[in-house]
Amino acid sequence: MSATGATEDRIDRVGVDGRRPRAAKTGLESLGFDDSAPLLEVEDLQVEFRTREGVAHAVNGATFSVAEGETLGILGESGCGKSVTAQAIMGILDSPPAFIAGGRVVLRGVDVLTLPEASRRLVRADRVAIVFQDALSSLNPVFTVGYQLGELFRRHRGYSRADARKEAVGLLDLVGIPAAAQRVTDFPHQFSGGMRQRVMIAMSLALDPDVLIADEPTTALDVTVQAQIMRLLADLQQERNMGLILITHDMGVVADVADKICVMYAGRIVERADVHSIYRDPRHPYTKALLQSIPRIDLKGQQLASIEGLPPTLTKLPGGCSFNPRCYLARDRCRHDEPPLYAIGGGRESACHFYEEVPEK
Amino acid sequence: MTDHGTGLDTRQGPPPGDADAGQVGAKERSASLWADAWRELYRNPVFIISSVMVLAVLSMAAFPSLWTDTDPERCLLAQGFEGPSAAHVFGTTVQGCDMYSHVIYGARPSIIIAVFVTAAVTLIGCVTGILAGFYGGWTDTIVSRVTDIFLGLPLIVGALVFLALLADRNIWSVSLVLIVLSWPTITRIMRGSVISVKAQDFVEAARALGASNPSIIVRHILPNSIAPVIVLATLYLGVFVSAEATLTFLGVGLEVPEISWGITISEGQLIAVNQSVPHLLVFPCAALILTVLSFILMGDAMRDALDPRGR
Repeated sequence: MSATGATEDRIDRVGVDGRRPRAAKTGLESLGFDDSAPLLEVEDLQVEFRTREGVAHAVNGATFSVAEGETLGILGESGCGKSVTAQAIMGILDSPPAFIAGGRVVLRGVDVLTLPEASRRLVRADRVAIVFQDALSSLNPVFTVGYQLGELFRRHRGYSRADARKEAVGLLDLVGIPAAAQRVTDFPHQFSGGMRQRVMIAMSLALDPDVLIADEPTTALDVTVQAQIMRLLADLQQERNMGLILITHDMGVVADVADKICVMYAGRIVERADVHSIYRDPRHPYTKALLQSIPRIDLKGQQLASIEGLPPTLTKLPGGCSFNPRCYLARDRCRHDEPPLYAIGGGRESACHFYEEVPEK
Repeated sequence: MTDHGTGLDTRQGPPPGDADAGQVGAKERSASLWADAWRELYRNPVFIISSVMVLAVLSMAAFPSLWTDTDPERCLLAQGFEGPSAAHVFGTTVQGCDMYSHVIYGARPSIIIAVFVTAAVTLIGCVTGILAGFYGGWTDTIVSRVTDIFLGLPLIVGALVFLALLADRNIWSVSLVLIVLSWPTITRIMRGSVISVKAQDFVEAARALGASNPSIIVRHILPNSIAPVIVLATLYLGVFVSAEATLTFLGVGLEVPEISWGITISEGQLIAVNQSVPHLLVFPCAALILTVLSFILMGDAMRDALDPRGR
């Protein structure tokens, strides 16, 4: 891999705000990224799973954008297409069976979906990075943490072993691992769950990406550690002015951190709003039901609200609105007529024919 | 169970001058799967004994002159199948050669064949297993169907048929036939192992961090999937030693003037029974059995050490 530009900036890499000069983006210059273009715009993304049972539209027309320093929360229950969206942006879909059937993922003016795999690989970690749900298994058990961190610098930046190791120590320190200089030589199983998630965050931030996708970053952790990790992510995002896409099924997790929210159901975005209005005044029956199923201490002793039924099988979506079999507002129109994303004022959108009735019931 | 050492450490507290030691848990052992396995191994008496025996056999094969000064090819027919004596501690062979030197020199062809065949099948098996398991699709289909075909051929019977067709049999032709017949087992094991490792999150994480397929294979797939193959390869060393002896005994393996345990056993069998001179069979058979046994014990010990479920 080319080492051009890797050596001169390495000494004061972790500067005041921890950002590396853009010149260090090796091998990427020729791809035409324009740092003045909008950060990330996903337009009408379509992902299909071609299975024996038929074609499943795992992501069906997702459109959203993330700007510098902005946090987008993508909410939804299991199987709604959140993680597939993330994998599509990263270009790490398992294909087959998954195929991108349409849409654009425009990163700094370049539609990364059109890039050949070799260039796509350079973009990963360097421009856009991801933190996975299960940090416990996201590290290779046979190498030390320092080696795995350092390898990124050696592979993407052509650093020497010694320099890569220095970077690794700096990163572990950055994500708040105590005694980082000693811990670089430890193996993943010697770290606790929360510490491993910190290591994963360090790895994803190593090459200073413009966009960080956090795919359920705290699901595998206990509650106190969840809060620490969320705070760490939020702090680092502010420090580096990154775009952050936070994928979760937990409405509590996004409430503090996100600026705007997309709610997904059965592969579609069903509601989009800024974080305050969506919690105060949900305009889609699904969002409302999700909010009602958050346990609340003041309702102790009452039956916790849950959404009747199960998410639909993606190969056999119901006609009309996908949510109609589980919806308390559903009527005939919902069973035939698929609702578009209605602009409902205040920059909000809802894919419900009867969005005006949602607050009343 | 393996934590006796660390338990002691915490009681002693952090050593003076090491401020961070308490925080990081007294800097416990930095251990990977391999380091754990190694610690397990050198504490296991079965492994120690079997590896001493393996080393002894390997040194016989490499430097037989360390073990005996007697020329195994200096034979006097008149002194055939004499019992053990001061001059010939293991007695003499049917042809009147020194039995002890035959046992020592007989190790070489067995070991060469076992090591060469094992190395070759491990290499072939790993490459094909990784291709099939990692890339899947039609690559997997082709590799799997070919292994199915070869797995239908039993090792000894298959080798018997192939070798019977060859006019000129030597170490290399016997090796070749054994390689052809036994690589698919390794491929199968490797393929299964690769498929299970490939599904793990750290492989996806590596891909998300921009690793290429070759780098994922070398850094992530191979080190995490090779353990069962190492175990099987160690067992195979013993299997191939006995396979060589079996084929030679059946008359389709090595041939005189080659010196091998199989030949010595085959020559001795009738006379040992008819003339009741058991040493003609006892010594070469003992060498063969102990060699095979030590490889298999070693393989068992490695399996115990490398398979975390056994702990």
